[in-house]
Amino acid sequence: MIEMLDVWKTYPNGTNALEGINVKIEKGEFVYVVGPSGAGKSTFIKLMYREEKPTKGTILLNGFNISKLKERQIPKVRRSIGVVFQDYKLLPKMNVYENVAFAMEVVEATKKQTKPRVLEMLELVKLKNKLRSYPSELSGGEQQRVSIARALVNSPGTIIADEPTGNLDPETSWEIMRIFEEINLRGTTVVMATHNREIVNTLRKRVIAIEGGRIARDQQRGEYGYEG
Amino acid sequence: MKVRTMGRHLREGSRNITRNGWMSFASMSSVAITLFILGVFLLLALNVNHIANVVERQVEIRVFVKQGVEKVEVDKLAEKLKDFSQVESVTFIPKEEGLENFKKSFGDKAYWFEGLEKENPLSDEFVVKTKDPVETEMVAERIKNLPYVESVNYAKDMIKKLFTITTMIRNVGIGFIVALAFTAMFLIANTIKLTIVARRREIEIMKLVGATNSFIRWPFFIEGLLMGGLGSVVPILLLLLGYRYLIDLVQVDLNLYFLDLLPLNPLAWQLSVLLMGIGAFIGVWGSMMSVRRFLKV
Ligand SMILES: Nc1ncnc2c1ncn2[C@@H]1O[C@H](COP(=O)(O)OP(=O)(O)O)[C@@H](O)[C@H]1O
Ligand SMILES: [Mg+2]
Repeated sequence: MIEMLDVWKTYPNGTNALEGINVKIEKGEFVYVVGPSGAGKSTFIKLMYREEKPTKGTILLNGFNISKLKERQIPKVRRSIGVVFQDYKLLPKMNVYENVAFAMEVVEATKKQTKPRVLEMLELVKLKNKLRSYPSELSGGEQQRVSIARALVNSPGTIIADEPTGNLDPETSWEIMRIFEEINLRGTTVVMATHNREIVNTLRKRVIAIEGGRIARDQQRGEYGYEG
Repeated sequence: MKVRTMGRHLREGSRNITRNGWMSFASMSSVAITLFILGVFLLLALNVNHIANVVERQVEIRVFVKQGVEKVEVDKLAEKLKDFSQVESVTFIPKEEGLENFKKSFGDKAYWFEGLEKENPLSDEFVVKTKDPVETEMVAERIKNLPYVESVNYAKDMIKKLFTITTMIRNVGIGFIVALAFTAMFLIANTIKLTIVARRREIEIMKLVGATNSFIRWPFFIEGLLMGGLGSVVPILLLLLGYRYLIDLVQVDLNLYFLDLLPLNPLAWQLSVLLMGIGAFIGVWGSMMSVRRFLKV
């Protein structure tokens, strides 16, 4: 469960990215976050795993008050969610396998558990043939898929994805969506910011539209609603 | 923390050294160079201290006994001298021996003093050495007041000067080493900091994926330890080989026997352990200090 109560975010340079967000996402929901670029989608998402802190307001995530969280508890919260970052955030000196395995080392999984699970995830995102490649040797789409595999590897209860299909061809995009849909059916909460009109309009889910830092529309089985 | 996680940190820490190739090399070189300079000064300071000790050891008190004192009284006096807790050794030089030495010092002109034996003008004499050369003056003053003592002679001014000089040399040496150690620390920490600043993004990513601070810190700890330790190996080898060469040069080739250098044996171990310890400490310290700044994500 994710809940935001009157959340404001002003960046140090004075940009008002979010202005009074109130939203509630129940466990097991599938939510698209749409809106023009610069609207505040990424900021909205970053607040959930505390890459950014709200300037004002309360954020609740799986029972934790994120805005009042003690430094020591942050890792615990972050482990309970899987994040697909818009800029991938892969460790540059680790290869594909190591990057995905890293998320399992963090939770102190055994080697026996780690290896098959990491390979399974890489199979899922079709990167099993690039195990030993480094991020700098991969295309944007491939890096995005590694980021997806890493977000899924610990089977978290919540997946938060910032434009996870932004760099993928339509076919791969649909495969990723099929994965999200499947884990969502098994109870995982999915929140994804996206620009992909076709996906939003085809695979109908709840749509939250952000414009100028405010929620402009919040609709079950909504449409993308923008041109292009 | 689980054992397998510790194993992971060890593996990760050592792998980071190769992963960051040139950066690690720069850090280790900086450790090596500063430790080498520190080592040279350390060897110099230890040897200067050693030589100062040797010179100080040569300080002695000459005690002259009054003329015509009975043999028994002289023996009693010897006992009294030995009873001083500060005294290390007492050597008796009878006046006959004193005269012999005196004559010898004139070489082939010794015949000038033929016949002096019958009316020996010299006194019986004791040579006293104190355990700590600094106590010479105090002991000498007390000996002066003992019965049957004619006079004492202990090069008062020379001793004062000697101690001023040796104390100064020691203090300057310690000051220099401390200053150098701090410079070394600063230099090495700075290089290590550079390698970690370059990895700031990595640390941020790890935190965003849910790693705890200690999970991130451990490999850096291992890495710092290894870099500091490995970085000290080359300077230690160079210093020991160089020092051995110097000892041979001084004692065999140059015949400078008076230049009494410290022997290689305990010194080699002490120096190695010390430099390796300093290297490891600075490596860990530098790496921990640098990581700390980026953990707040
Ligand atoms: N770190 C930052 N510092 C300052 N301004 C930022 C930062 N990140 C985003 N912004 C600004 O905040 C606004 C919202 O950005 P963002 O949340 O990235 O929008 P979106 O993801 O919808 O494109 C934009 O005007 C952007 O320039
Ligand atoms: Mg964005």
